[in-house]
Amino acid sequence: MTRDAQETTLVERDHLIGIVEEFRKKGYRLVQMSCTKAGELYEINYSFDLDYQFRNIRIVIDGLSEIPSISGIYWGAFVYENEMYDLFGIRVVGMNIDFGGNLFRTAKKNPFANPTFRGEETCPKR
Amino acid sequence: MSKKIIVPFGPQHPVLPEPIHVDLVLEDERVVEAIPSIGYIHRGLETLVAKREYPEYVYIAERTCGICSFIHGMTYCQAVEQVMDIEVPERALYLRTIWSEYSRLHSHLLWLGLFADAVGFENLFMASWKAREFVLDVLEETTGGRVIQGSCKVGGVRRDIPGKTLERMARDLDVFERELKDIAGVFLNDESIIGRTRGVGVLSRDDAYYLGAMGPTARGSGVGIDLRKTGYAAYGKLQFKPVVETGGDCYSRCAVRVKELFTSIDLIRQAAAKIPEGEIEVKPKGNPDGEYFSRAEQPRGELVHYVKGDGSKHLVRSRIRTPTLTNLPPLVKMLAGCELADVPVIVLSIDPCIGCMER
Repeated sequence: MTRDAQETTLVERDHLIGIVEEFRKKGYRLVQMSCTKAGELYEINYSFDLDYQFRNIRIVIDGLSEIPSISGIYWGAFVYENEMYDLFGIRVVGMNIDFGGNLFRTAKKNPFANPTFRGEETCPKR
Repeated sequence: MSKKIIVPFGPQHPVLPEPIHVDLVLEDERVVEAIPSIGYIHRGLETLVAKREYPEYVYIAERTCGICSFIHGMTYCQAVEQVMDIEVPERALYLRTIWSEYSRLHSHLLWLGLFADAVGFENLFMASWKAREFVLDVLEETTGGRVIQGSCKVGGVRRDIPGKTLERMARDLDVFERELKDIAGVFLNDESIIGRTRGVGVLSRDDAYYLGAMGPTARGSGVGIDLRKTGYAAYGKLQFKPVVETGGDCYSRCAVRVKELFTSIDLIRQAAAKIPEGEIEVKPKGNPDGEYFSRAEQPRGELVHYVKGDGSKHLVRSRIRTPTLTNLPPLVKMLAGCELADVPVIVLSIDPCIGCMER
């Protein structure tokens, strides 16, 4: 198996909506949105596909920042945006359906922001 | 205009094998809006990458779903193999393809049985699940597990299938195919099935595409996306055409799954005939350092496993995007405007896998 090249383009948060609109105009579908904690920052990935061509863009924010919703462009994005708020506490502004933190009913608020395991270290040394 | 009332659907309902809740806003018997809510069985599996070393995490990935567990494990392994630049032996890729297609057969037959049950056709339910036993027996014989196979690993597969067993499996498929043709004829032609499904829960092609529908939900609306066409595992060496229907209704989604049974049988036959001799695994060296979005075609549609490693034994992040999550917005669209009595059939028509979706 040879490694498939997968490019991720880092974009500014302020340019996000314009770039996503361009994807939509070109006929890309939204594959997924996800969040990764990188130190004290959060990487938000937006993945698109057109004819099996995979594209990924990324914004990097701190935990206090808000990000604009893309649910006005891709209606179905609300599931990913609500998920990001519920699990990571990322605040998304302008969602078409806002569950107010109740899409995933987790016992602990924003559990993925600071994951812990009962009585154990995050990465046990072996 | 009549008064609007809200009827809760789920989380426990006879057609739902797993819990999901939908608030149905009704005017008389017609649904005007549907608001889903999930979170009853969220397990936080993705955070376990911090506890398990990357070769062990394949067991967690497999347990994301109790139906298409093998494909979860395989997609995760593909992601790590891409990050680590591992060349998986060709025989292992064929074996992964064969087990993936048996998983698809067993998932589709499970769904067909549940769907027959939802429309009140109990004999068809029993016939579908009886046929599914054949597939589960093969999976048990070749992997040791009926539902959780545990046969995929980073760098290849854990078990081989001997040549004679492969030949017998291909021969047994002839008998199985004849049995499936009988069942398929009922699903596609029976008046009671057609009456409950045709024109019900219609999703247009544009809505299916832009709302993120995947798998049979998308292909039933004329969107011919099938990730197997990207050629992962051994699919690039096999011939097949994605099954596409254009009706966009529950009947079309059912028809796609029925016809895909025969595509899977054909793919298994091709793979069994072409599988080369050789090794089934390579040992990974070092630890993953990088990131990758691995995609595969699950029975319900496109599955994405994202992994990110920093050179240590533990991955920094695993993100699993399952097809049921992306089929949720199209479901909301399908339910708006339908009759209350059709809601169970429409919900079931996306083949919801809630355990998968919530992870």
